[in-house]
Amino acid sequence: MDSLNTYLFIASILFSLGLFGVITRRNGVAVLMGIELILNAANLNFLAFAKFGGMNISGHIFALFVIIMAAAEAAVALAIIINIYNNFKTINVDDVQELRQ
Amino acid sequence: MMIDAAFWFIVVLTLGSACMVVLNEKLIYSAIALLFTLFGVAALYVFLWADFLAGVQVMIYVGGILVLIIFGIMLTNRITSVNISHTSVQKGIGGMVVLGILFVLGVMILNTPWLHTEFVEPAQTTATIGTLLMMEYLLPFEVASLLLLAALMGAAMLSRRDD
Repeated sequence: MDSLNTYLFIASILFSLGLFGVITRRNGVAVLMGIELILNAANLNFLAFAKFGGMNISGHIFALFVIIMAAAEAAVALAIIINIYNNFKTINVDDVQELRQ
Repeated sequence: MMIDAAFWFIVVLTLGSACMVVLNEKLIYSAIALLFTLFGVAALYVFLWADFLAGVQVMIYVGGILVLIIFGIMLTNRITSVNISHTSVQKGIGGMVVLGILFVLGVMILNTPWLHTEFVEPAQTTATIGTLLMMEYLLPFEVASLLLLAALMGAAMLSRRDD
């Protein structure tokens, strides 16, 4: 269990699931959940390489910055989604095609 | 042996609930499944000796981002409507594309000669992270604080209802 490949496989499956969510879901919030899965997969890779690939604590710091960025991204994305809902009364990302009403 | 069983249990929990996140028809169930995925990833961080990161994951992802997502679901659906659901489109073709990408990734992982170094368990992760943040990564650290400030103000301004 304790090998680099195990973690890389777990992370790639997590990434694929997140990508599947992003491309098949039509609800804005659900797309955001897919993005969170992708970011978690990337973080898992960073930490796997930190342990097995000699990145040591620098890998932890990169993962920390990814988490910071994810927090900022989630806040802004939800603000945008709520704005879209107020303007269009839907958050189906396929129905939102106009920049202005 | 015991630790192996725990590891595989956590892997199955993480990936299984991740499947629930992307496949479940009800949005609120997806959010609850995301909770288990994030906890599972935090547990995997512990297996990777990243105890501080595991704590940060639980605090920021579970305590912050997930609550934000649930707020988003509640604010963009009428509570009274029972059917807080959402449709998935083109599951077949999307699944094929994703399986293709997964296959390519798997082949890449198996064929790449990864650099393997002798791993030594770090004595203390939190203290080292703090030192590195204040020494080598000071500029990215300050830029991150600026990013968070800008994102906070931007989100507050965007979501404000102008009367």
